[in-house]
Amino acid sequence: MQNLWLIPALPFLGFLINGIFGRKFSKTIVNFIAVASVVLSFGWVMKVFLTVPDLAATPVHEHYFTWIKSGEFSVGWDFAVDKLTMIMLMIVTGIGSIIHIYATGYMAHEEGYYRFFAYLNLFMFFMLNLVLAANYLILFVGWEGVGLCSYLLIGFYFIKHSATTAGNKAFIVNRIGDFGFSLAMFLIVVNFGTLNFSDVFSAAPGKPTGTLTAIALLLLLGACGKSAQLPLYVWLPDAMEGPTPVSALIHAATMVTAGVYMCTRSAAIFTHAPAAMETVAIIGLATAVFAATIGLVQNDIKKVFAYSTVSQLGYMFLGVGVGAFSAGIWHLMTHAFFKALLFLGAGSVIHACHGEQDMRHMGGLKKYAPITFWTLLAAALAIAGVPPLAGFWSKDAILAAAYQHAPWMFWVGAVTAGMTAFYVFRAMFMTFFGEYKGHGHPHESPVSMWGPLAVLAVLSVVGGYVFNVPKILESMFPIAEEPDNPMLLAVSIGVGLLGIAIAYYMYVVNTELPNRIASSLGGVYTLVYNKYFVDEIYDATVVHPMVAGSETVLWHGIDQGVIDATVNGVGSQSKSIGGVLKLLQSGNIRSYATWVVIGAVALLIVMGITAMGFAGVGQ
Amino acid sequence: MNLLDLLIALPGIGFILTLLIPRAQEKLIRTITLAFSLLTFVLSIGLITGYQTGQPGQQFVTDTVWIANPEIHWHVGIDGLSLWLIILSTFLTPIAIGISWRYIKDRTKEFFAFLLLLEFGLVGVFAAWDLFLFYVFWEVVLVPMYFLIGIWGHDRRIYAAVKFFLYTMAGSVLMLTAIIFLYNRAGTFDYAAILNGIASGRIMLSHSEETFLFLAFFIAFAIKVPLFPLHTWLPDAHVEAPSAGSLMLASVMLKMGTYGLVRFCLPMFPTAARENAPWIVILAIIGIVYGALVAMVQPNMKKLVAYSSVSHLGFVVLGIFSFTQMGLDGAVYQMLNHGISTGALFILVGFMYERRHSLAISDFGGVATAAPWLSTIFLITTLASIGLPTLNNFVGEFLVLQGTAQANFTWTIFAAIGVILSACYMLWMYQRVFFGELVDEVKHHMPDFNAREWACMIPLVIMMVWMGIYTQTFLPAITEANLKILDQSKSNAPLRVSLPGYRAGSAGAAAGGNAHAR
Repeated sequence: MQNLWLIPALPFLGFLINGIFGRKFSKTIVNFIAVASVVLSFGWVMKVFLTVPDLAATPVHEHYFTWIKSGEFSVGWDFAVDKLTMIMLMIVTGIGSIIHIYATGYMAHEEGYYRFFAYLNLFMFFMLNLVLAANYLILFVGWEGVGLCSYLLIGFYFIKHSATTAGNKAFIVNRIGDFGFSLAMFLIVVNFGTLNFSDVFSAAPGKPTGTLTAIALLLLLGACGKSAQLPLYVWLPDAMEGPTPVSALIHAATMVTAGVYMCTRSAAIFTHAPAAMETVAIIGLATAVFAATIGLVQNDIKKVFAYSTVSQLGYMFLGVGVGAFSAGIWHLMTHAFFKALLFLGAGSVIHACHGEQDMRHMGGLKKYAPITFWTLLAAALAIAGVPPLAGFWSKDAILAAAYQHAPWMFWVGAVTAGMTAFYVFRAMFMTFFGEYKGHGHPHESPVSMWGPLAVLAVLSVVGGYVFNVPKILESMFPIAEEPDNPMLLAVSIGVGLLGIAIAYYMYVVNTELPNRIASSLGGVYTLVYNKYFVDEIYDATVVHPMVAGSETVLWHGIDQGVIDATVNGVGSQSKSIGGVLKLLQSGNIRSYATWVVIGAVALLIVMGITAMGFAGVGQ
Repeated sequence: MNLLDLLIALPGIGFILTLLIPRAQEKLIRTITLAFSLLTFVLSIGLITGYQTGQPGQQFVTDTVWIANPEIHWHVGIDGLSLWLIILSTFLTPIAIGISWRYIKDRTKEFFAFLLLLEFGLVGVFAAWDLFLFYVFWEVVLVPMYFLIGIWGHDRRIYAAVKFFLYTMAGSVLMLTAIIFLYNRAGTFDYAAILNGIASGRIMLSHSEETFLFLAFFIAFAIKVPLFPLHTWLPDAHVEAPSAGSLMLASVMLKMGTYGLVRFCLPMFPTAARENAPWIVILAIIGIVYGALVAMVQPNMKKLVAYSSVSHLGFVVLGIFSFTQMGLDGAVYQMLNHGISTGALFILVGFMYERRHSLAISDFGGVATAAPWLSTIFLITTLASIGLPTLNNFVGEFLVLQGTAQANFTWTIFAAIGVILSACYMLWMYQRVFFGELVDEVKHHMPDFNAREWACMIPLVIMMVWMGIYTQTFLPAITEANLKILDQSKSNAPLRVSLPGYRAGSAGAAAGGNAHAR
């Protein structure tokens, strides 16, 4: 018994303590409880890792109690750890610990400090539940739970209307995805009789392709919601209303990758549904390009990284879709390192500029915040795919697999990689180079903030090479033998460097150029700058008609106009009967009672006659 | 006299006793009624501990002749289905008294007495195994609720009370007709005797007779549920009723309808039930989506919660008429869940009305700043209501939709839309009421919970979590009872085989029947 339950239970305890008593605690105590609970959880993960001899041969499986049992269907509160889960556990608790520490510095001056950490701990609880789950339903518990925490933390500044609206949007759009996820579960139970991973996956090869495709596509809908893929990505950019540590932990490193994890976990279903796999690859690739183009022109530093996250998640789905599951998880991990770093660095930049998020009002920060600059540079190089940094390895693995699957996918992916390098370095140059254009005096962040940045910078540099995920997961996902193709390598490195070079030229050398390009592109620029007006289109075609239709047609029309009008008609009829009876009785209530009795007697008589009639028919 | 008799008698005794107290003694009246309801609840725990899962048939049975001619029995007992609904009634009555403690200032004596009378009727209705006795309790429940709305309600209380009364009486009379028809045929009001008689063929019902009887019962219950399009009494009744009335109405009284569907419509008239299931299921699904959409545009909090009830109860009806074990288990579980979480919502909205004297969403804003604990508990209740896993409603919705998927996956797709919409209407309301800038009118009139309010809410929150995580406390008895009802609902097999298949096209009649046996 490894007592896996302790891993989520520790942060949950932190949530309870801070949530109930935190208001009365000093910040030091709140910090201690919040950070310690997550660090201890990380410690327990390491303990499991070190004490289980061979996760590939003997995955750990623990059953705690029966959750739901009805007829032959039964689902337990079960946790399991194999190598895939172990990687996820390390990412979640490891990055989680780092970001908790960072947040103690970043949130030091905020109202509702204890509330923030309570939510963050609760998030850890649900996220760990998600990755530890041994069946779809427990995974779904974590899945919806992290969505709740995301909602709470996006809307953390609940006085701000835009923040709470963004929180609602995140929850509701995710609900649309979860609609797909739950339908997938229902289909699984109908066809497999169980939701346990091991039973479902061992039986999957024997099921008809049509069934598996339907299940896989519905799961994909769920993943599109949680991992912000087309067409459900719209909530993630708005989610940046939340405090920056939240953007780093939930909306970059962990929660949004849950969809990738879930699809990888369900590999046994997906691999037997080729059409669904192709859909995954295409949605992933389309999202990668689409979001990258929007990222090119954003001026809010967090928005740039938000669209970048959407785009990078698309990359992971591309990996999954072309069958390179372990490459997808590899990119999930390296992305967790460098994107968490980008967001935390952005937080440090915002902190340095007294809350300013518009990059046009930054610049020259290299001088004022050197540690932030150098650590962010590591992240930027990593995401741009410059060897031998972390992002290079995983991105290259995905692109190589894409080439094997379909060369055009490789080329589209490579162009996206170039755009990625461009927009990240555009952000770097706009914030750290040139002259400072903001107000006040920018300053470096405290050690509680730059310490975590340094750790993540190291991981962004060496993390891809040191943690070779495809090798680790080889027992689960055999590595395909691929011919060495130096051309692919050259292209994927080349586009990254080219992107950096163009950004350098446009934002350091010839800073007038961007505006001239923007004005010469005219309509296209407006379209992209406004994110293709997707939010507006959704509003006009879905949200508005639904609300207006419910109000005028359903409520005023059917409910009041048709049903109630009919009932009131009957009511006034009976009232006139009551009026006659009122002559005999004193009170209104009694007159109704009398009416009822008379009615009942009348009906009894009628019924007696019909009963005889029926009896006659019956015999 | 066994424990169950005592549980029915106690609120009745309390009711009479309260009426004997001089009306000036308001404190004594409140204390006595609370004591009676608490005592009833504490004793009712004995039903849980004494209930033997795995033992077939009714338990805690008393069966004596009440009226000799026509022979009407005092026949009460419980199975896994009635057990938890009785507990729900005894659990919520003290809370209903607690939330009315300060709010009711006018005719205190009658108000609290009526709450006990209501409990008397509710416990009785779920315990009765004699059709006439059932009908008597069914009507007993109607009376106090009518007065609760009509006397202590808001401005349009008379309209609402009359509408409520007419709607339900229309159904009741139909049911009474059917009961007497059955008595004419069977010579008894005894539930089990009639059921066995129909199943064994000793009581022969022609196809049209069975359909007529089914519809008579069904309409009575469907009004109570309420099933679309018979639901329009509900929003008015809820908006006008005092909090305790809304609580008991939503949490327990609506369950009389769904309980009746399970107890009577399915096992007594299996053929008619299965034949009519397709259109009933469609009405249930319309109710789910329609209720949610209309809830979304309500400017009044209580009305919003009322329409959400229409949506939630649609799930219950859907589960019942899926004729699957999971669907039925989910439906019964959802009856309890709805009682807890929607009941809690009505209580909370009531607390806010007492503070702000308004139910309009637009009159609020920033409550989270003024009353953080009230906001937290409201949020937990909201999350329970929209089916967040680890809280109670999720389990019920999951089982209902899963059971439906086993019967017909298309139904599930449409019904599951309701789960998306529930997040829309609840979160939009929560945002407008609790978030944003603190409005001045709210600021000065929104103290956080006092001790009495905490005492009312904590038991409910505990139940939301308990029922969401450890379902094994409740489900085994429910599953067992439903297994039997499902079995009975296909008992007159010879008759059914000769009829067109329930899932015509996909399978033959017999195969279709077998498919539902699972």
